[in-house]
Amino acid sequence: MANVDLARWQFAFVTINHFFFVPITIGLAFLTALLQTAWYRSKRDEYLRLTRFFGTLLVINVAIGVVTGLVQEFQFGMNWSAYSRLVGNIFGAPLAMEGLGAFFLESTFLGLWLFGWDRLPRLVHLLTIWAVSLGTVLSAAFIMAANSWMQHPVGYTMVNGKPQLNDIWAVFTNQVFVWGYSKVLLASLVTGAAVMLAVSAWQLRHGGDTGVFTRSARLALIVLVPAILFTMLVGDELGVIEAKYQPMKIAAAEAQWTTCQPCSFSLFQIGGGNQDQTPTQIIAIPHLLSLLATNHWNGKVIGLNPLQSQYSQQYGAGYYVPNVFIQYWSMRVMAYAGVLVLLLGVWGLWLIRRQKLATSRRFLWVAIWAAVLPFLMNTAGWLLTESGRQPWIVQGIMLTKNGISSSVSATSIVISLVVFVLLYGVLATVDLMLMLKYSREQLPPARPEADVDAPVPAVQY
Amino acid sequence: MKLVPFWFIVITVLWTGFFVLEGFDFGVGMLHGVVGKDEAGRRAAINTIGPLWDGNEVWLIVAGAAMFAAFPGWYATMFSAFYLALVLLLVALIVRGVSFEYRGKRAAVRWRRTWDGLMTAGSLLAPLLIGVALGDLLHGLPINSSQEYTGSFWTLLQPYALLTGVTLVLICLLHGATFLGLKTTGDMRERAGRLARRVAPVTGAAVIAFVIWTHVTARDTFFVNPVELLAMLAVIAAVWLVYSRSDGFAFAATTVTMAACIVSIFTGLYPNVMVSSTNAAYNLTVHNTASGAYSLKVMTVVVVIFLPFVLAYQTWTYYVFRRRVSTQEFQPLPQRSTRLGAPLPPTATPDGGAPPAGHGN
Repeated sequence: MANVDLARWQFAFVTINHFFFVPITIGLAFLTALLQTAWYRSKRDEYLRLTRFFGTLLVINVAIGVVTGLVQEFQFGMNWSAYSRLVGNIFGAPLAMEGLGAFFLESTFLGLWLFGWDRLPRLVHLLTIWAVSLGTVLSAAFIMAANSWMQHPVGYTMVNGKPQLNDIWAVFTNQVFVWGYSKVLLASLVTGAAVMLAVSAWQLRHGGDTGVFTRSARLALIVLVPAILFTMLVGDELGVIEAKYQPMKIAAAEAQWTTCQPCSFSLFQIGGGNQDQTPTQIIAIPHLLSLLATNHWNGKVIGLNPLQSQYSQQYGAGYYVPNVFIQYWSMRVMAYAGVLVLLLGVWGLWLIRRQKLATSRRFLWVAIWAAVLPFLMNTAGWLLTESGRQPWIVQGIMLTKNGISSSVSATSIVISLVVFVLLYGVLATVDLMLMLKYSREQLPPARPEADVDAPVPAVQY
Repeated sequence: MKLVPFWFIVITVLWTGFFVLEGFDFGVGMLHGVVGKDEAGRRAAINTIGPLWDGNEVWLIVAGAAMFAAFPGWYATMFSAFYLALVLLLVALIVRGVSFEYRGKRAAVRWRRTWDGLMTAGSLLAPLLIGVALGDLLHGLPINSSQEYTGSFWTLLQPYALLTGVTLVLICLLHGATFLGLKTTGDMRERAGRLARRVAPVTGAAVIAFVIWTHVTARDTFFVNPVELLAMLAVIAAVWLVYSRSDGFAFAATTVTMAACIVSIFTGLYPNVMVSSTNAAYNLTVHNTASGAYSLKVMTVVVVIFLPFVLAYQTWTYYVFRRRVSTQEFQPLPQRSTRLGAPLPPTATPDGGAPPAGHGN
């Protein structure tokens, strides 16, 4: 395998793994902050117990999210040094801002929150968890600004063949960023809420405190339904923007080799990949692709073949079509998982109305297993975004194969890939094991010896 | 203002901040098994840095990201040159980081011993590897005319670089021991003091050797510069203060020692950022690796706004957790029999929570 393929496998592996933990952190930090706010305002013990219960799950994930984030930062220089050298003056800026503005905030205040229970006044302590939540949200903003620049470079001029930043404002008002970032935040809320719902459902099925866990299940559902709805709406808008700036990505997501107008969306098909341009079986919904890609009933979507000849003229000979199989199926996995989450949420809301949430064993069983769906949705969404940018590392500016480190040997990349696979495998197992263990733990009482005025003890290692 | 040198200073400050703060975390990580004789002792040792280490480690992330943004050429060459060393460093930092969170999450002895071992190894390996890397920057590596590294993993392990790594590990050990002296009580404090006295002379000798070698590597004048002088004076003061058992001043002295050693590497480097042993004309300098003027201007605004904030809330964190940690807080409480009775979820073992009185001190 060529160095560039090894480096890409490594990037995909560590990044997909990292993004299992990130959305849980963003989502759960926000939900935990909501629970603690409810405790602050109502002073009801069940909210305190829920805060500490879900706070524990949050901490287990933050640990692994933070350490796998280190790899994310290092690997640009390690595997992609030609890329780093070329675009560091633009791409590096949001990364440095992320460290200064977000990571410090998140890490420092997480320490204050964990260890500060009995040392900080209640309001100050509540603000520390909000600071953690703000840190996670800001961190996503900076990294999404950097990523969006790779999808649709803005705010630069070319000086001696190198892009030079000349408008930072443009980087943070990039349409791809504005919509992509909103989508990531909403999808993280979906993920956090789905995890909270699944844990509450497990507890309700297994004799956990009904009063308390019905509350958390209800909170999760109330966040989940609007979050998944808006994820879909924002995702639709993002699709229109990407169709404008990265038409290959959207055409490949439909395996649309020829230009169409109006365009239908196929629910399922066999074939139609890079080697085989005519799919054999299609269940098509007329006009849906036109709507998704252009917001118009009869919108036109340019096919992969015309785009390929256009790009060959514009950028020189080469193959500019991304992997169509990955595009087509990641689009569908993302969309179908999203629809299932929405259906689950609506079912749950209906049960809340009927006051049967805590007793519908069928719903609770489904809700437990449905926790897998947001992870499928997130991973598929990132595959769609990143694989759809190929063969570019920065759309229109640099090809992925030109971005790698020329001084790093294939052996080195293989060694590091094996090391990361083994290490992440162990970490993911430990994380999952601890998540399951603490999800099944009984609720802690709020304070020692049921003393109403006792301080809430710190969480210590 | 000259932004290129300013950013070299910012990066020096970030690396110094990282080693001064995370330095004692590394030290505590290496020493927690020795200082803490039993489970309660080990937990007390770990909890002295519990609320702090994560925020301290961010200094490393920011130092790396600042190099990426301000000197992309430096970041690209350095990170690809140190490839396998960085893989090892990442493994060390990862297992160490999760060991803090995970060791207390199960009560089994084997579980905790495993994470203890990983914490110790990770805390030792991380400063060693970063030290070797910093030493290599100054001493020089084979780098060709297109700023690409041409050596192998073994080229990195040259004597000066190894001494830099070992010296940093020894400073971390002493720094951690003085920190524990400042943050623990009773027997623990005694043991931390004894350890500090045992480590101090070795650290002192290593620092002096390191400073002399750094001077010889970096300059052709006979006279040491003020930073190098400060490093030597600080380490001598640290040894003396450790033996005269004044915890606070000893910790201040190890802080200055650490800071002066890191700064001496960077002052020795400037205006280079990576020396080429192939040809001095191929040296990476602040000028041939820097970002464009506009990027530096943007980043300057960001750092001037954010860094004071960061310093303010990190200082406040240290103030909030200024209290000494006592092993008594971690002794098992016999009257709490059931798991349910434990007050806390994360360390929900019966010894998880201290009664309010235990927090007084």
